[in-house]
Amino acid sequence: MTELLVSTKKGLFVLEGEPGTGFEIAARAFAGQPVDYALRDGRTGRLLAAITSPFYGPKVFLGEEAAGEWEQAQGVALPEGGEQALNRIWVIAAGEAEGVLYAGGDPGVLFESHDGGASWEINAGLWDQPTRKDWQPGGGGLCLHSIAPWPGEPDRLSVAISAAGVWHTEDGGRSWSRGNQGLTPRYLPAEVIEELGLPEPDPGADTPLCVHHLERARARPERMYIQFHGGVYRSDDAGRSWVEIGRGLPSDFGFPLTVDPADADSAYVVPLVADMDRVTPEGRVRVFETRDAGETWMARGDGLPSEHAYLTVLRQALTRAGQGARMEIYLGTTTGEVFGSGDAGATWFEVASRLPPVYALSAR
Amino acid sequence: MPVVCLHGPLRKLAGDRSEHELSGATVEELLSELERAHPGLGGWIVDERGAIRRHINVFVNGELGGAQTPVAAGDRVEVLPAITGGAA
Repeated sequence: MTELLVSTKKGLFVLEGEPGTGFEIAARAFAGQPVDYALRDGRTGRLLAAITSPFYGPKVFLGEEAAGEWEQAQGVALPEGGEQALNRIWVIAAGEAEGVLYAGGDPGVLFESHDGGASWEINAGLWDQPTRKDWQPGGGGLCLHSIAPWPGEPDRLSVAISAAGVWHTEDGGRSWSRGNQGLTPRYLPAEVIEELGLPEPDPGADTPLCVHHLERARARPERMYIQFHGGVYRSDDAGRSWVEIGRGLPSDFGFPLTVDPADADSAYVVPLVADMDRVTPEGRVRVFETRDAGETWMARGDGLPSEHAYLTVLRQALTRAGQGARMEIYLGTTTGEVFGSGDAGATWFEVASRLPPVYALSAR
Repeated sequence: MPVVCLHGPLRKLAGDRSEHELSGATVEELLSELERAHPGLGGWIVDERGAIRRHINVFVNGELGGAQTPVAAGDRVEVLPAITGGAA
């Protein structure tokens, strides 16, 4: 049975079921509150949920079961007495070392926990970056939304920040380096891009690099994929440089992206029309799949709405469970639908509808 | 001493008690004292900058106040979610 955690504008929904037999809502937690991300840590079985109360601010909670008691995690806050406050937690990810978890948030902040999520501390190496003063927020804020551990190497980690680009550490977060060569911010005037000499050099820290989502291929960790604010990119050198691979898509604008853990050449995106029209192109919901690392893309829409469907899928609202030909893929929309596939995107079915706007999904 | 009144989740975090007699000359001092007495409230009313959260209102004897509003013995300080924080 698959457990699908659906984080929505009005609470966390736990759906249980299997492709082919349907899903049921098993529990709802944090009723009425915006749940930005939820995850069940497969190592401990513990649930973690990031909530941003409009009244009481962002918090992370832990629980065993969604319908049970939740306990607030400690330390999810910026240093006291500064000029900034934490706005939101965008993502929680399991690290490679035992008990280690990461959480990314706005303003461009990474937290780490070494006790399974009970207590957290800010990653000082990234927080104290000298270039931070030049970082610019994207439309969703200065959000650290993607965290990509390196399988088997706990000290190696990559993160992406909108719009401060991609950052890597190889020493457990003590020092960080940028990895943005090849990314071209087409939303800047052409003369600015020309003046910067892009895409050849790594754009400077004052160049807004609106990465929408970053994923690492677990089968080949030096390979990474990016859905950019206009452009889909691949890196084969551990995220130092990037090549554009969005040709063949109906649009290379979008938010989420996922990769088959068993096949570094297989990735999935959900294109939207453009930044000025963030809905599925041509009124059709389609996931696009590449099996050759971005050389070609195939539309996967069998079972998805194909007429007058102008839906939006946010950056955390595409997830997977398993791998290979039987990989399950799930996508959620801001209109409260969740769709699923049990055959790596070949066919799709409706998992749920009439939910609140879906912010994030995670499955196991 | 002034009395701080809490509701909903704030009340729960403060020992499931609504009324709290605290010492302080301003709302800010009262809230600091409240957090010291009930560390679980840390970050819920006042953020890391020391500012009262945007969508929380503090009323002193029925008048909308702020962090620097003076308080005196017998004053009643209500901490309430603001209607501005709601969303459709």
